[in-house]
Amino acid sequence: MRMKHGYPIALALLAAFALTSATAEAQTPKKGGTLKFAVLDEPPSYDCHRVSTFAFIHPVRPHYSTLLEFDPDKYPTIRGDLAQSWDISKDGLTYTFKLRSGVKFHDGSALTSADVKATYERISNPPQGVVSLRKASYGDITSIETPDALTVVFKLRAPNASMLANFASPWDCIYSAAKIKTDPKFPEKNVLGTGPFKFVEHVSGSHWVGERFNDYFEPGKPYLDNYRAIFIKSSAAIVNALQGGEIHTEFRGFTPADRDKLVGALGNKVVVQESPWVCNLVLAFNTEKKPFDDARVRRALSLALDRWKGSEALSKIAIVKPVGGILRPGYELAASPADLEKIPGMSKNIEKSRAEAKRLLKEAGVSNLKFKLTNRNVPMPYTPVAVWMLDQWRQLGITAEHEQLDSKLYFDALRSGNYQAGVDFNCDHTDDPSLQFIKYLSSDKSTINYGRYSDRTLDHLYEMQARTTDPEQRKTFVREFEFRALSEAYTVPTIWYNRIIVHAAQMKGWKITPSHYINQDLADVWLDQ
Amino acid sequence: MAVTITYAQPKRRHPVVAFVRTQPTGSAGLAIIVIMIAAAAFADVVAPYDPVAVDFESMLSAPALAHPLGTDAFGRDVLSRVIYGARTALFVGFLASFLGSSLGAVIGVASAYFGGRIDMAVQGVMDVLLSFPIIVLALAVVAVLPKADLLGLDVNLVLAIAIPMVPRVERVVRSSALAIREMPYIDAARAAGYSHSRIIFRHILPNIAAPYLIMLTAFVAQAILLEASLSFLGLGVNEPTPSWGLMLSGHAVDFYHAAPWMIVFPGLAISLAVFAFNLFGDALRDWLDPKLKI
Amino acid sequence: MLRYTVHRILLMIPTLLGVAVLIFFLLRIMPGDIVELKLLGEGASVTPDVLAAERARLGLDKTLIWQFVDWMGGLFTGDLGVSMWTERPVAHEIGIRLELSLQVAIMATILATAIALPLGTLAALFRDTWIDHTIRVFAIAGLAVPSFWLGMVLILGLLLVFNWIPPLTFTPLYEDPWANLSQLIWPAIAVGYRYSAVATRMTRSSLLEVLKEDYIRTARAKGVYERLVVARHAMRNALLPVITVIGLEFAFLIGGLVVTEQVFNLNGIGKLFVQAVAHGDYTLVQALVMLVASFFIIINFVVDMLYAWLDPRIRYG
Repeated sequence: MRMKHGYPIALALLAAFALTSATAEAQTPKKGGTLKFAVLDEPPSYDCHRVSTFAFIHPVRPHYSTLLEFDPDKYPTIRGDLAQSWDISKDGLTYTFKLRSGVKFHDGSALTSADVKATYERISNPPQGVVSLRKASYGDITSIETPDALTVVFKLRAPNASMLANFASPWDCIYSAAKIKTDPKFPEKNVLGTGPFKFVEHVSGSHWVGERFNDYFEPGKPYLDNYRAIFIKSSAAIVNALQGGEIHTEFRGFTPADRDKLVGALGNKVVVQESPWVCNLVLAFNTEKKPFDDARVRRALSLALDRWKGSEALSKIAIVKPVGGILRPGYELAASPADLEKIPGMSKNIEKSRAEAKRLLKEAGVSNLKFKLTNRNVPMPYTPVAVWMLDQWRQLGITAEHEQLDSKLYFDALRSGNYQAGVDFNCDHTDDPSLQFIKYLSSDKSTINYGRYSDRTLDHLYEMQARTTDPEQRKTFVREFEFRALSEAYTVPTIWYNRIIVHAAQMKGWKITPSHYINQDLADVWLDQ
Repeated sequence: MAVTITYAQPKRRHPVVAFVRTQPTGSAGLAIIVIMIAAAAFADVVAPYDPVAVDFESMLSAPALAHPLGTDAFGRDVLSRVIYGARTALFVGFLASFLGSSLGAVIGVASAYFGGRIDMAVQGVMDVLLSFPIIVLALAVVAVLPKADLLGLDVNLVLAIAIPMVPRVERVVRSSALAIREMPYIDAARAAGYSHSRIIFRHILPNIAAPYLIMLTAFVAQAILLEASLSFLGLGVNEPTPSWGLMLSGHAVDFYHAAPWMIVFPGLAISLAVFAFNLFGDALRDWLDPKLKI
Repeated sequence: MLRYTVHRILLMIPTLLGVAVLIFFLLRIMPGDIVELKLLGEGASVTPDVLAAERARLGLDKTLIWQFVDWMGGLFTGDLGVSMWTERPVAHEIGIRLELSLQVAIMATILATAIALPLGTLAALFRDTWIDHTIRVFAIAGLAVPSFWLGMVLILGLLLVFNWIPPLTFTPLYEDPWANLSQLIWPAIAVGYRYSAVATRMTRSSLLEVLKEDYIRTARAKGVYERLVVARHAMRNALLPVITVIGLEFAFLIGGLVVTEQVFNLNGIGKLFVQAVAHGDYTLVQALVMLVASFFIIINFVVDMLYAWLDPRIRYG
């Protein structure tokens, strides 16, 4: 979570989400077996609080628990994980959590409210030398009290409607107070949690193994004896491994080509689950570089993209599919098809859009537009999306040269403004507009906006949507924000990600969610063998 | 690498005829090279499609009349991309090899001519560069040099390929030049008071033409391979520029079981090009200077 | 001989130092570092002070000279430092991958030698016949086919013909020889083909050189059987350049594995190198470069020593 702002949490709880496949399993789960899954990269650290990659979540999260969690069946509904129940005071300033009793760490020690307190203190106020990425999410906390061993009370300085969602963040693993007291860096090199699986071994570059924690607090769970995360750097190799029966799945996502190949080869031995993904690639313009200081030019470049046709074709070869505005299509607060039609560049009438693009370019006095598109040197989906955009522009006589940089240089180029137009990304664990809109705020209000502009109208609309208590009013502000942001076109979405998971049919009890960061503790997963 | 050089007196014959007669395999290599250069030069005419034109209607089509070598994941014509890819390969290959060999030759001659401390210092630097495996040095250079364009291609890529060649050429040229330096006519030129540059350019350089040409040809092949490897690793040419190595990466990896034509033809193109340059280079060596070992 | 040996060893020091300086500053020419990539992941929003803190933690806030001095100090005490990405000791990261890469390299060497010696000898004995031409084309093709492409074609072929893919996780030879060999033989073939081509050419040309010498020329006129007998004698003298080339190519093989390990998804040091470069993991890249360079320099040294020992005529200035 990136920011805290007040809005009715009820709304987030209400936000309905239709999953595309896989209804709840009616079978009785079987015990035993080893789940094997691939992970594309290695965790950069063992410490939940200082990482932000799936390469950490997938192998490491099964060792840990969080206070709350998103319910995969009813995303984005929140349910308790370590918390049995919770209560928010009327003024929204006091959060009281009742913890489950009998929760044990893997070393046998009992979990108490002190551990929760110590964990959140480490996140919100990290000791010297400890990096905490989500410190800002808990900036409103004034005190954490532990009236008894199973009760934790958080006091806030101001109401913050994102607070409950913060407590459900998959990154906020609960650590043992005793361990982090003696060594605040303990979790960087050691794994000790209350999750369903105990840590067995990590062979760098090869695999990560966890085994069932018999004292896990949910009776009867987990079902698996072990899990084995295998680090496989190439997605082609992952597909081969799945096809060869060496792994059951990979949890980030497969490409459409992989899906078709696996279904073709394995038929009903595999199950496919798909969901729109809370990730997208956005096209960012450096408004300090001519001619991108001119909104007409930016808008024209967005109008030139036939997103609907692009979606149809690219969804066959890349992990993109849904067409939408700033919020993920399918999310309750996202633009409806009628809303989208009105947003520049989102219309299905491409002829009209292209004519408008030409008119805008002419009006701006730009002819033979040539520029460099800076992109990240990551094949999927950065390369196909860029190739598609370049071809779309080519059809209007615009020449964009493609520059794919190493991640390190890419970040530097975007951050330092040493680019003209760039492919930027946005990926989160929730759809919350207060989170999703940050990319579009004025540069001085956002650390992830590389457009180098200042737009106080957008900043104001952001505050309004975040503070209002009326859901309908909030929707209006959200629409206004989105329309303005995409008309000014400082940064525009390309095509949203589509998450495709192919897994062995024998793997059960796992349900796809719009984020690959959540629902990964594997407590409910079992093997039908 | 241990290199032994004996300076050979150039043979005097009718060059082209003699070459074709005595070096049939080399001539075959030369023929392939000429055809490739022609295809690259006239790619606009020869290629049936625009190599960057995306055509979603015919994604991943198998080879057929409309697309003799099939299409890739974006519906781009593989044949056209292979033809235009020759442009990238030859351009990078020749330019990198020319830069690397020339720089190596100049340094080698200068180092041999001046000798003493200069020679020692230069050899020290060359030793350092030689200790890097070619691809490791190229990877390091390509990752650190800023991107700059030259005729639509990255200069840093060309340099990354050229730099590892410098010490290798330098070694060979230096030992040739050392032998020449001992020749009486160089002493005579010195005694006559000619300037260093005149002696180097008029008296020494023409005499190392043979090893220089041989190395140049051999390193075109190396450069083409290296460009393919770097592009395959995603550190060379960027999409959508047609490049053989790039055609083997990304989508080709995703789809090559379903669409093997995506990897078969670019790979054959690389192999054929390198094969041709090697055949020609070998023959050139046998013809010009059979004792040169590179 | 002793003086020469000592001299030769002392010469290795400036070279290694040069490699260290070059790679150290080369890596740091361009802006940007590992910190953002490490903390930002796929889109977290990180404040500049967190980035600065992490930079300080990794020692990236010090001046270049001090970073270099720190690194050098470590090297002299045998401490390669800690990987900036995984934060485990660099020696550990390399150690666990070296076995695999070395095994592939050794397998490729055995393969290459087993192919090169007979083929090179045949080509030399039957110079300018169809045998020689065929072998020559085989060898030149070996230099032409990119090993990573050969690897892809091998995998494709195995899948299409046998519907089989090589296993993905590494099994050490002593645990399950069959699983180990069936995984590593393919990359060994992919890189070994080029290797055998180089060695074949060298065998042929150095054998030809020896065969030119008079005493052998006499025997050579007699017939095939005698030729073989002669070849055995000639071989002894011709072997040195061949051994040289095999040794040097072995050192370069580690580099050649960079691309091939990607294709076969092998967790070796070639793949580690590509990853480390991509991550901007300076300490790891530096250590790997130093490792490969020292490996090369040492092999070079051994080869030189071998020459000096075998052939006292060689004089060194």
